[in-house]
Amino acid sequence: MEGPARQLITVEDLRKSFGHAEALRGISFSVTPSSLVVIIGPSGCGKSTLLRCLNGLELFDSGRVHIADVTLERHDGTVPRDLRHRLRLLREEVGMVFQSFNLFPHMTVLANAAKAPMVVKGMGRDDAETRARAVLAKVGLSDRLDYYPSQLSGGQQQRAAIARALTMAPKVMLYDEPTSSLDPTLVHEVLQIMRQLHDEGMTQVVVTHEMRFARDAADRILFMHEGLLVEEGPPAEVFGAPRDPRTREFLKSFL
Amino acid sequence: MIALPAAAGLPTRTPLRRASVLLVLAAALGGDALSATDPLRWGADSEGGAPYVFPDPKDPRRIMGFEVDIAGALGRELGRPAVFVQNQWDGLIPGLLRGNYDVALNGLEITPDREQVIRFTIPYYATSEQLSVRKDESSIHALADLRGRTVGTLKFSLAQRILEAERGIDIRSYEGQINAYEDLANGRLDAVLMDWPIAMYYSRPNPKLKFTGPPIGHLEYGIGVRPDDARLLNALDEALLKLVRGGELRRIYETWGLMNPETETLFERLVHSPRALEEFTRTLTQERPWRARVRQYIGYLPLLGRGAVMTLVISVTGMALAVTLGLLLALTYLYGPRPAAWASRAYIEVVRGTPLLIQLYLIFYGLPNIGIRLTPFLAAVVGLGLNYAAYEAENYRAGIQAIPRGQSEAALSLGMTQTQALRHVIVPQALRLVIPPVTNDFIALFKDSSIVSVITMVELTKVYGQLASTYYDYIGVGLLTAAIYFLLGLPFVRLARWAEARMAVDRLVPVSARRRWLGVGSKPASG
Repeated sequence: MEGPARQLITVEDLRKSFGHAEALRGISFSVTPSSLVVIIGPSGCGKSTLLRCLNGLELFDSGRVHIADVTLERHDGTVPRDLRHRLRLLREEVGMVFQSFNLFPHMTVLANAAKAPMVVKGMGRDDAETRARAVLAKVGLSDRLDYYPSQLSGGQQQRAAIARALTMAPKVMLYDEPTSSLDPTLVHEVLQIMRQLHDEGMTQVVVTHEMRFARDAADRILFMHEGLLVEEGPPAEVFGAPRDPRTREFLKSFL
Repeated sequence: MIALPAAAGLPTRTPLRRASVLLVLAAALGGDALSATDPLRWGADSEGGAPYVFPDPKDPRRIMGFEVDIAGALGRELGRPAVFVQNQWDGLIPGLLRGNYDVALNGLEITPDREQVIRFTIPYYATSEQLSVRKDESSIHALADLRGRTVGTLKFSLAQRILEAERGIDIRSYEGQINAYEDLANGRLDAVLMDWPIAMYYSRPNPKLKFTGPPIGHLEYGIGVRPDDARLLNALDEALLKLVRGGELRRIYETWGLMNPETETLFERLVHSPRALEEFTRTLTQERPWRARVRQYIGYLPLLGRGAVMTLVISVTGMALAVTLGLLLALTYLYGPRPAAWASRAYIEVVRGTPLLIQLYLIFYGLPNIGIRLTPFLAAVVGLGLNYAAYEAENYRAGIQAIPRGQSEAALSLGMTQTQALRHVIVPQALRLVIPPVTNDFIALFKDSSIVSVITMVELTKVYGQLASTYYDYIGVGLLTAAIYFLLGLPFVRLARWAEARMAVDRLVPVSARRRWLGVGSKPASG
């Protein structure tokens, strides 16, 4: 695409404090459609907070988030009148995957995936389950439809959680350390799904410590440190020739 | 007959004060301890109301009543100062048998049932039952007119037995006469049947009520004495005869406005009939064999069964109300706007912090004052339901707060609103968590339902009271009733265990859980 590509996500000067602790100290970046962006950085650098601000699970103090056609803007801690409405619109465009899966334990895998389309989009049970089956087939869980989450392995649970988010047909998928609570042998199957989605053109933003995945699969890397976006660029640049000393320091611990 | 607070409704004409006995017992006992004669300790219930034994409205530390005067006169005849001993009316006979006092003198009807347990003096007063209705009532003139009507009376009384013998009467039995006549005046009852002296003091002065029909039934009051106390019995009989012959008893009744044709006839009979005959008939009526008792006992099982059904219906309906309202309270408290959350918190604290009994009284006897008149059943269910809702709300709150935060975050991130997240994700999981404490509360409510007997509901405990007081068998009937409560509660405990296993959040062993409920196997089946 020529010229300035239309951005799917634009974040401008995002700020967020918890009491006296500043978690985000003015973050700005943008994400082009169909790209896979990986956010890395030491623990407590604010990368999870940033991700949670993108779908409104955390309300930022000031700044602007624009995703697809929804804008969330806030200045001086004022609360927008139509905040709830905008949050819902935003969340319909954005799917989220959590470190601890957060599957609904009282529902089968199929019901986990079919529930939100029925409740949020008012879809009929049959339509919702058809769609859920298709998505679950894609993540390789066709033979686990009637299982409860507690009967699945961690990898299977995280794949089911991804499927659950996908049935809402989001334009963007966010992942908050999706493999951190998985047995190392199961990490691969989850990363594989993300690669597959990348190939299909899904826009994805991932917070992770899987450096190899970041280097091999990402289109762009964002490195965060103490609430600031310190460095950003293609993986070859960030991993191969980091410009900032803080990036170098951080990457050293992974070699 | 009479049992609950009465002072509030006392008539203003209270002619006698001179014979009032000091309630401050210390003085009387202290004085008598040194004298050679023991006091005549007589048991009665000063909460029973006028005109029997009741607190002097001008000085509630003193008691008065025509029986206070009789006790005083008897004491003088026997040369033993009369000392009043307070005892709950229901328990007058057990108290007598335990030796808490020498005689029971408090409107005790002479009945064959009671004569199996204690001995009675010759009757000191005779009367009948009196029917009261509202002034504007014109269709009730006799017992036969009560079919299909709601009629109030006092529990354990002859009047109640007379009403039970008629078919088709909706009987409400009260603890105290004031509530019964109040409910008659405000329309909850169509008629009230009670001993004539009570009616004279509580119904006749009420401008909204009137007497109707001829006297019903016949009853005679006697003084209860322990069976082994023959000497005291004879002395009392002689003293009573003297009081009749000398006209003192008549003077007491006339002062209290209680002289009636029945007592005239009784006095005639007492003065003229030979003592030996009285003695003979008395021994005849005593000591029925225990087999007869057991047969009677079995005969009352259907009554206990009906009480048990009522207890079940009240408990289940009350609990249904409690769990529904409790969930609303918990959700309002946790997620509602601030004023609503405060109101819900206040409700929970106030209801948990005040006695259920008082709440029931307020609902049943208080609400009619502002125009809300609930039937006893409705009042019982609403009272228990509102009370337990506060406890259930706390259970739910704990359950909801135990659900990990990630659950609601996942639901919200899928686009659900807070309400949708609660309805589809949080509450269904919380409900499973609270099954054990809610079952616990259901069993507690099940037993607490016994308290609604105070608002005229005839349920298991009320039936127990009726039977126990009929046979003075508080142990046997008590054990039987307790066993029924236990057996009725048992299935619910099992049902809850099963539901807990069946609905367990992970549902790992639904099949084995079902087997366990059916009693087929006790170990989770594998495969």
